[in-house]
Amino acid sequence: MDIKKYIKNFLNYKYLLYELVKKNIKLKYRRSYLGILWTLIEPLLTMMVLTLVFGTLFGRDDRTFPVYVLCGRLLFSFFSSSTKAGLKAVSGNAAMIKKVYVPKYIYVIASIISNFVTFLISLIVLVGVGIVLRVHPTIYILEAVFPVIILLVMSLGAGLILATLDVFFRDVEYIWSVATMLISYASAIFYPTDRVIGTGNAWVFDINPVYMCIANFRNAVLYGQPMNIVYCTRSAIVAVCLLAAGAILFYKNQDKFILHI
Amino acid sequence: MKENVAISVKDVGMRFNLNQEHVDNLKEYFIKLLKRNLKYNEFWALKGINFEVKKGERLGVLGLNGSGKSTLLKVVSGVLKPSAGKVQTRGVVAPLLELGAGFSPQYTGRENIYLYGAVLGYKKSFLDEKFDEIADFSGLGEFIEVPIKNYSSGMKSRLGFSIATIVEPDILILDEVLSVGDKKFRTKCEKKIMNMFDKGVTVLFVSHSLEQVQRLCNKAIILDSGRLVAHGAVDKVARIYKNMTD
Repeated sequence: MDIKKYIKNFLNYKYLLYELVKKNIKLKYRRSYLGILWTLIEPLLTMMVLTLVFGTLFGRDDRTFPVYVLCGRLLFSFFSSSTKAGLKAVSGNAAMIKKVYVPKYIYVIASIISNFVTFLISLIVLVGVGIVLRVHPTIYILEAVFPVIILLVMSLGAGLILATLDVFFRDVEYIWSVATMLISYASAIFYPTDRVIGTGNAWVFDINPVYMCIANFRNAVLYGQPMNIVYCTRSAIVAVCLLAAGAILFYKNQDKFILHI
Repeated sequence: MKENVAISVKDVGMRFNLNQEHVDNLKEYFIKLLKRNLKYNEFWALKGINFEVKKGERLGVLGLNGSGKSTLLKVVSGVLKPSAGKVQTRGVVAPLLELGAGFSPQYTGRENIYLYGAVLGYKKSFLDEKFDEIADFSGLGEFIEVPIKNYSSGMKSRLGFSIATIVEPDILILDEVLSVGDKKFRTKCEKKIMNMFDKGVTVLFVSHSLEQVQRLCNKAIILDSGRLVAHGAVDKVARIYKNMTD
């Protein structure tokens, strides 16, 4: 396998990648009055609902609870929306793939990156809420880069695997939507972890790479403390393995895609 | 591949698995797997195809419906990877297959020019420079700012043709595209294609109109049920084809 040739081929399609990312973002908000502002309003509103239900109604009066919820919710919704978009990336672009030759992984990468861009924009909300609730940033805030990048790699790997499977079995879409729901409940997005750890079920967090990213992101942004190295390495290993598995699976099957879409 | 050859097709075969029922969900797959019922009907849409097209030659591809013409074009343009054999091409390939099928319906004409251009592998600077020319040629006027979903099918193919032919390709792959749009646009298309012919472009042309093939091509091949049955100068092959179809 000539790696150099692949990189060169990829660079040739850089502009297509840019156009596809632009298209995904533009069309997502087309015909809505507030447009791209929804990237900010939507997480803000969900944060309020989750704080109201799981904070106020459950009798918590932690000042920074909204930030806690928002960290979890922003990272998780990036993971779930990008993998869901990646899943549909090949089967949903059938019309294009059947007509013109383009490296097919471009469609998967584009759907992950467009969700990553909206995620980055939505971080503005986190900054705003953090200031309002007087969260004091420390130098450790810079470490937030690690969990974010790990999650990006993880989503890309999962996206490649899901996109390949979806071409052959359309059930994957439904299975994955249940699976993401399970991962979301196991990621401590709107509840404090001590409740679960208290019942002796800490293993849920120790096997959930998405939670590990969320936890390290909270360490960096909310608690201002160094990250959990075990979580960081463990989630990084999972991410790299997923990407490698995804790349191999996709590469081995991509010539068969056109016969099934 | 020799220097003067633009397209070389060697022993190309294309196999499809025709399942009686399309298995695309897990439940069916496992039930069939357990019952050892995953039968495939192998079907070779192309088998043992061998030919070369020299630079500047214009090759017409003749054959009845289902003889493998479109499959051949897709294999040459790289959309399909052949199950057997090898296809090599030299230079920029412009495939004009089913024009406008890859547009995004919610995007305007302008946005689609950039998107479709990127799909065809053009650079942004190139599209910026050629934008007016594309818009002009398509004759869409102010409709260029309207979402494609509101276009008529003729308008779509006019835009598709204008984008795809903006490059000066080395190899042009035509699949019945000369039947797009109204008479006026058709004449314009033919003129543009003739213009490319004069510059020495290599052409692969599929059409059901024998008269059109004889007019545009100098070489021809006949496909019959996925096999190459004749290859040679267009007049000779046209005679064979006439005998076959009459």
